Amino acid sequence: MAVATDAAIFCRSGQNLSEVGVMGQVFIHIFILLVMPPLLLGVIGKTKALFGGRNGPPLLQAYYDLIKLFQKGSVFSTTTTWVFRAGPVVGLGTALLAGMLIPFGEHSAPVSFAGDMILFAYLFALGRFFTASAAMDTGSAFEGMGAAREVTFSCLAEPALFFCFLVLAKLSGSLSLTGMLDGAFPFGVGATVPALVLVGASLFIVLLVENSRIPFDDPNTHLELTMIHEVMVLDHSGPALGMIQYGAAMKLFVMGSVLLRVVAPFTFGNTWADWGLFVAGILVIAVVIGVVESMMARFKMILVPTVLVAACLLSAFGVILLLR
Amino acid sequence: MGELLVIMGIACHAVSGVPGLFMKRDSDAGQRLATMIAVVGSVLGIAGSLVSLMGPSISGSGIRLDAIAAIFLIPIFLVSGLGSVYGMEYWAQARHPADGQKLRLFYGTTTAGLAGVAVSANSILFLFAWEVMALSAFFLVSTEDHEREARDAGVLYLIITHFSTLALFALFALWRIAVGSFALGPLPAGIVTPTVATVMFLLAVFAFGTKAGLMPFHIWLPSAHAAAPSHVSALMSGVLIKIGIYGLVRMLSWLPDPPVWWGASLLALGTLSGVLGVVFALGQHDLKRLLAYHSIENIGIIVMGLGLAMVGRSMDVPAWIVLGLAGALLHVWNHGLFKALLFLGAGSVVHSTGTRIIDKLGGLASAMPRTALFFAVGAVAICGLPPLNGFVSELLIYIGLFRTLGIGSDPSWGAGALAAPMLALIGALAVACFVKAFGTVFLGAARSDAARHARESGKLMTMPMLALAICCFVIGVMPRLVSPVLEKGIVAWVPAFSSGHLLLVALAPLGWISVSGFVLLGLLLLTGLWFMMRVQRSRVVADGTWSCGYAEPTPNMQYTASSFAQMLGGFFVWVLRPHVDTSGKQSVFPGQMHFSSHVMDVVLDEVLRPVYHIGVRVFFWFHRFQAGDLNAYLLYIVFFLVVLLLWR
Repeated sequence: MAVATDAAIFCRSGQNLSEVGVMGQVFIHIFILLVMPPLLLGVIGKTKALFGGRNGPPLLQAYYDLIKLFQKGSVFSTTTTWVFRAGPVVGLGTALLAGMLIPFGEHSAPVSFAGDMILFAYLFALGRFFTASAAMDTGSAFEGMGAAREVTFSCLAEPALFFCFLVLAKLSGSLSLTGMLDGAFPFGVGATVPALVLVGASLFIVLLVENSRIPFDDPNTHLELTMIHEVMVLDHSGPALGMIQYGAAMKLFVMGSVLLRVVAPFTFGNTWADWGLFVAGILVIAVVIGVVESMMARFKMILVPTVLVAACLLSAFGVILLLR
Repeated sequence: MGELLVIMGIACHAVSGVPGLFMKRDSDAGQRLATMIAVVGSVLGIAGSLVSLMGPSISGSGIRLDAIAAIFLIPIFLVSGLGSVYGMEYWAQARHPADGQKLRLFYGTTTAGLAGVAVSANSILFLFAWEVMALSAFFLVSTEDHEREARDAGVLYLIITHFSTLALFALFALWRIAVGSFALGPLPAGIVTPTVATVMFLLAVFAFGTKAGLMPFHIWLPSAHAAAPSHVSALMSGVLIKIGIYGLVRMLSWLPDPPVWWGASLLALGTLSGVLGVVFALGQHDLKRLLAYHSIENIGIIVMGLGLAMVGRSMDVPAWIVLGLAGALLHVWNHGLFKALLFLGAGSVVHSTGTRIIDKLGGLASAMPRTALFFAVGAVAICGLPPLNGFVSELLIYIGLFRTLGIGSDPSWGAGALAAPMLALIGALAVACFVKAFGTVFLGAARSDAARHARESGKLMTMPMLALAICCFVIGVMPRLVSPVLEKGIVAWVPAFSSGHLLLVALAPLGWISVSGFVLLGLLLLTGLWFMMRVQRSRVVADGTWSCGYAEPTPNMQYTASSFAQMLGGFFVWVLRPHVDTSGKQSVFPGQMHFSSHVMDVVLDEVLRPVYHIGVRVFFWFHRFQAGDLNAYLLYIVFFLVVLLLWR
């Protein structure tokens, strides 16, 4: 029974691929995934500079930093083992594969199958396992502290993310990210828009937490005791640090693309225009993050779990709205 | 053919320890012989199970060897065989002359009992094999019976396992009355009234749930797993508790017309067990107790899958049955593999350092690289992370839970969908717990002399770990290899499916799991090679860890397992209820301080012990009737005889 309908869950039909072809789409997807993430950091920085009345670093500063880091020498602590070196590698590798699972705008993802949202979430968990283990490998109290905070906050972020997936799966009737985010939400049904608003808010909080942005974490703070993500990577240097920063930027980019499709499921119906729309949209999200970072102070550490629980509840309400 | 091989395998295990009883206590000859017989038995048993999987199911003369039995037999024989090889070095007879013979004898009989339960199709044989398994395991738990900890754990286990057996007696007596036969098998609809069926269901959940360590019946499990020798812990956690799942799987498939609340309550129990199991694991300081609580968590995940399959049966949704049951059965295998691997890894640590206390270890990865690598594989697998096997079974259950939203042609059952975020919570907590365990034990700097002088274990201990790690990897990247076995298990569970049904491969993206697993490995290889290239081409300096400007950090300044879990434990303080002990003066000039915190088991220590003490107080007055006075006892007999005579 039902094999035909189940096939519809696996792949999305009616894609407008004639202009560029499948291979071309995949190529553009990978190109954007590899090249664009550091730009978001530049846009966030510029926005914050604008709010602070400064000129700020150049838009491409993150690229310069990466190139410089990749050419530098490394310092490895004598305490460390292979796990310390595996941390950056797994962090970047998992972010790359996760990026292949997410549709960029109207264009479907290169890799898409029923249940890929679970792979998506678990890839980041794999990255987290190794980044946190690498931090523990240094034997420093500060990095252990960072690792503990990172895994602790993720325990609350993960259910929130899954509540969001439940809402999206229910609305789209699909079990793959490409299907969930194809923008064809049933807007005629009463609860669709409120549920999407709740999911959007929840996803935005998860995005800020998982990517260590203000008000949850501050990558630029000067006190190690107050950091979450940055304190984990204190001992990484040179290419390893570059890979971590590149992987982090990619994670921000990928989660931003999920959020973009939830809050702005639009299409022009033209392939190139849709790519443009996607790039513009993701930059707008970077600007919004910059605005939030400029307008808010950092939360006290003990407030972070509370806000995360709120994010869980928001998306849980979204599910309940649809289940009734 | 298949059943003959399996029975020969069982017989080999049952007698494997016997020749050693007649050999010298300080020579390894008996141990070598026992291991050889056990390995032969395992090979025969696995071969028999595989043969029977290819052919039709075999039943007759009290024995049933169908796909479900075979699915449970394979890990039993595999883990037991590898464990006995491991035991040759871990519990070498020459170094344990007092208890080595006993350990091997009961190791063999436990295995034989386990396999016997899985093949019996008759309640008498079932109970017999069950008791052989349950009693032998008592002697395994209390192997080191000169130690109080092992004796206490053994006695607690013995008491609890008898509760389980008692419920089984009631269950099979009820079966005999209602069905009129000792033979076990699917019941046709209408043969038992709904009330009787419900009582049977509740008895089965209690009896088998207790054996499986399902919360809140888990109280025997943590101390038994911690006190037993590590290869015994691997056997118990990897396969012995699964025999409870086996009983549950069987009983649930035999009872006709299940109402929805059966599946729903299993799903709820599974979720509870999963979340609380991992939360309690976070609070542990003992590496083996930590792993034991993770068994409770994983049993919870298995029962979640089983609950989903039951709801699917009640509501007649094939997709939920297939995904839930396949996920549960595959997780039975997977947990058997990675938990055995983790216990053997923990055993290697204990063997080399002599301690199980996590906060006394550290930095073992440099002294014990192989153990560290295999433990890391087990840790990634148990967290359900790709590309290893835990991910596959959890993915199946996830997809099943997502489908209860009403995806595709399925009806909608909202309660199921809400379990998906709980499974995500379990996964995230497991990652936290294993970063804590792996990071504190194997990474950083050694926290004690024992850890500083650790040495890698020999081949006999590392090779079984390697074998298990390879199994974890193969199932993780090539799940298509096991899907035919799962399909057969599903058909055996739902006989109505035998004439064509929804296939697992049509519901779950098994091919894509392989693709993404290989792509992930490729990406990791590429980035890893690139990283190594960059490092080699530039200047590399080896120096101490940068401690934010502090000049002379010591290993004691590292983050400990307790501090790592402190914040997360804070969220769950309402259930963990840690006993915190702080002593020492706090004044302007701080003096010597002491801090310790200990997490008790909430069901055992906070509920059952107080109830037990009340019971003891209430029944204390019985002492007057049983004061050791022989004359009084004779008087009682006379009195009751007179009463009986008058009554008739």
